[in-house]
Amino acid sequence: MGQILQLTLEHLWLSTAGVLVAGLVGVPLGILLVRARALAGPVMSLVDVLQTIPSLAMLALVMFFLGLGNNSLIAALFVYALLPILRNTYTGLAGVSPDLLEAGKGMGMTGWQLLRQVQLPIALPIILAGFRVAMVTAIGIATIGTLIGAGGLGEPIWRGIQLANTLMIMTGAVPAALLAIITDVLLGGLEKALVPRGLRAKNI
Amino acid sequence: MNPLLELLTRSWADILVATWQHVYLSLGSVALGALVAVPLGIWLSSRQNIARVVLSIAGTIQTIPSLAFFGFTLPVLGIGVLPAMVVLFLYSLLPILRNTYTGIREVPGELIEAGRGMGMNDRQLLFMVKLPMALPVIMAGLRISSVYIISWATIAALIGAGGLGDLIWGGMNVYDIWLILAGTIPAALLALLAGFTLGRLEKAVTPRGLRST
Repeated sequence: MGQILQLTLEHLWLSTAGVLVAGLVGVPLGILLVRARALAGPVMSLVDVLQTIPSLAMLALVMFFLGLGNNSLIAALFVYALLPILRNTYTGLAGVSPDLLEAGKGMGMTGWQLLRQVQLPIALPIILAGFRVAMVTAIGIATIGTLIGAGGLGEPIWRGIQLANTLMIMTGAVPAALLAIITDVLLGGLEKALVPRGLRAKNI
Repeated sequence: MNPLLELLTRSWADILVATWQHVYLSLGSVALGALVAVPLGIWLSSRQNIARVVLSIAGTIQTIPSLAFFGFTLPVLGIGVLPAMVVLFLYSLLPILRNTYTGIREVPGELIEAGRGMGMNDRQLLFMVKLPMALPVIMAGLRISSVYIISWATIAALIGAGGLGDLIWGGMNVYDIWLILAGTIPAALLALLAGFTLGRLEKAVTPRGLRST
């Protein structure tokens, strides 16, 4: 039981690490691309192409160039977490109504202030949604990390499959599924909570 | 001799077989998914409360990590093509279902009113107004689903379903980069091809009046 907990925490840590690094790159990059819209197309296309590479293949390639282990897994997770975060940051910021930007400029806001006080608060739920998708994707891909020697809940699943031991499979599969679902629900709740009060829809 | 050339001459048949298996697996799962999700989406479009529950369930299925899902089905369905297609089928549902549901619900009310005013019954309304309008969005759902499934079908090889994952996994085991690439490149190309073709189809079914240049 304690081992399952340890594996779950390890799994969570690996996924979070990948997503955090993707966030550190993706959010600033998204902000940059809103300023330089001409670059947005090519950059998004590039990241999009990387996404079409099947995750097993990406793991294989990363393993070949970076060796086995957790760090290689985090590198692969980074690649897959990048697109949702980058795209949502860009779309969220680009979608802020130009009228609001004009109003801000009229009030004398600098570019920085505009970003911090108008664009980011409005875009925040959308950016967070990107993180949510990235996290769920990362948790999913981290389950196959065991194939390149990384830790996490994939290990009991994979070994259970090979030994045809259903109980072993479940000790990995159930926590993994729960981890993904709970993360999705929690981050979804955070998303709704962070919508600026003025923008909240009354009833769906 | 160049290792790539060596691999191609030695294993071209394996590559073709694996590609065919992969297409079969992906196409089959998405086709079944569409067969279920599109009618279901249409049916749900007039039942908002049930829709919310169903979409929620489909969304939850989507979040389950694929290896875990394969792990769940193993004791019940064993290994091979059947469990793989079941899992991939379930994964293909959400994008298609959600897009069908949303696409139909977002048909402008005025158009539906106009249809009713012309004396259309529900069935005529569906086939002559709602579906044509919703078609591009439904196609988009199919596109997203297909690319997603082609990618995850590589994992199916791990439970004995065949496909390009076999080459990738084989390459990982013997540390042969060319074998890995022999599986990776066709898979990525398949995904890109599906995305491109379905994207074109999406544009082609957009009613002329709605096309943006």
